[in-house]
Amino acid sequence: MSGLAERTYSTVLRELASADPRIVVVTAENRAAIRDLPDRLGDRFIDVGICEQTMIGMAAGMALRGRIPVVHALATFLTLRAFEFIRDDVGIAGLPVKLVGGVPGFLSDANGPTHQAIEDIALMRGIPGMHVVCPADESELLEALPVVLASPAPTYIRFNASRTDLAHTPFELGRAELLTEGDDLAVLSAGLLVPHVKAAADLLREEGIGVRVTNLRTIVPLDEQAIVGAARACGRLAVVEDHLLAGGIYQVVCEVLVRHRLSVPVVPIGLDGRWFRPALLPDVLDREGFSAPRLAERFRRAATNGGNPS
Amino acid sequence: MTSPHADLETLSRRVRAHAIRMATRGGCFLGASLSCADILVHLYQRVLRTSPERRSDPGRDYLLLSKGHDVPALYGTLAETGYFPVARLANHLSPDDHIYWHPNRAIPGIEFHSGSLGHLLSVGMGIALEARMSGGPSRVFVIVGDGEMNEGSVWEALQVAAAKQLDNLVLIVDRNGFQANVATESLIPLEPLAEKLSVFGFATTEIDGHDHAALEAAFAELPRRPGRPTAVVARTVRNKGLPSLEGRAERWFVNLSSDEVRMLLDELEGSARADIRSEPLVVR
Repeated sequence: MSGLAERTYSTVLRELASADPRIVVVTAENRAAIRDLPDRLGDRFIDVGICEQTMIGMAAGMALRGRIPVVHALATFLTLRAFEFIRDDVGIAGLPVKLVGGVPGFLSDANGPTHQAIEDIALMRGIPGMHVVCPADESELLEALPVVLASPAPTYIRFNASRTDLAHTPFELGRAELLTEGDDLAVLSAGLLVPHVKAAADLLREEGIGVRVTNLRTIVPLDEQAIVGAARACGRLAVVEDHLLAGGIYQVVCEVLVRHRLSVPVVPIGLDGRWFRPALLPDVLDREGFSAPRLAERFRRAATNGGNPS
Repeated sequence: MTSPHADLETLSRRVRAHAIRMATRGGCFLGASLSCADILVHLYQRVLRTSPERRSDPGRDYLLLSKGHDVPALYGTLAETGYFPVARLANHLSPDDHIYWHPNRAIPGIEFHSGSLGHLLSVGMGIALEARMSGGPSRVFVIVGDGEMNEGSVWEALQVAAAKQLDNLVLIVDRNGFQANVATESLIPLEPLAEKLSVFGFATTEIDGHDHAALEAAFAELPRRPGRPTAVVARTVRNKGLPSLEGRAERWFVNLSSDEVRMLLDELEGSARADIRSEPLVVR
């Protein structure tokens, strides 16, 4: 594509689809991220209407015939309403269907609990063979996209096209990236909150508190060594996620620590058995304690009180 | 004069016998298997442009069994038409094979697994849409149960099939009149089913699903209307071929003694009605 055009999810998907005729773009009438694709892709753009279950079944059928369907819906409707279709028709068959869930977690901002996908990671990692990719921002999303489409695995992408100034290392499935070094506390996160975690670490560095930030990037496959390395480096961890603690990244991390017989304190910073108060994203982050200053407070406590949640 | 469909009637009887033989040592969903046996035999012998040799041919026709529990009839049909040896049917429920109560793609001829109701119409639509997109001649036949039509996903898919003008798609409803445990019309009435399918945009016909002449006419010219998916409401009888069990609500899943299997095989060949005492199982 031309060097002048802005790279977005839509332009990168279009490029990939132009290069690979197996790629078809499917949506359950959710066009926010792919608005200009109908005209570009012709019959390889398929809008099935507000029919998430039918969309997944049809995607499985197309994948059986050799296509790589990239399907779009809001994350709640995709992973919840169509869950059994994803499990049965994509999961059992192990088909290369790519599930793109819009406005996951806090990104649903003022929509309310019906739109809060805060159990999507738990559900998707519960399907054998399903990859789960959580980009931290638009640049990571765009780096991940060709890798995800080249993989034969069924994959869930927790869509996040936020613009940040994070610089990423090349994207690999199952490979975390280390964003900051530090000895006092290791923080593990993925997705939307990563830049806020990084900003909080930067604030604490000015106070002389060293926070080591790891962006996990993919929950399945998981970079276990990055988790083990973080635990060994700092001896105390915090996990930050816009997801329920049940089945989310906190529990994934704890499972790894137990498996490796590492006994270190782990502070969960996520949603503990509740939906969040709907509001615009910056207000949600602040109220729920996930803005950089609020995270910095929580990290400071975690780093200085031996890791006991307070 | 010999019936022009004598070969099909003979084959249907053999397929029914296979299903009856699977209804022991654990049992199977015999009722639905016998209601759709004639449809399956007819499709494989007269309609589907496919064969064991064309199993991987992208231009083949596809058959998908959406309700799934009628798979003994499909396995019987596939074995009889050369997809795998008839002897393999004796592996029913063996942990060392894949022949169990719902279809599995590991068995030659099975295009897709099912078991959860209301899935394969949309999977079939994806196959049909892809075939059209790639300019292929494939037609997709999806068999659903009438009880299965309780599922909202079926009606969701019907709308999309019509909207996408999938005229290479044929929906066949095995209209045997029963849900799992009770008559459809006594629980969630479906009628007027053919009319409903018509107004949903399907070129619909309603036939006797045990009459090969009627089946032949229903599938003679596809699509029945260009630009529209086809629907065939095939009126059938649960446990068809076994008068002692026909149309009985409690004989959906059956697990017979070996004596009872023998009696039913005799009954299938025209001897006296069997006297089946095995306790009906409530699976669902």
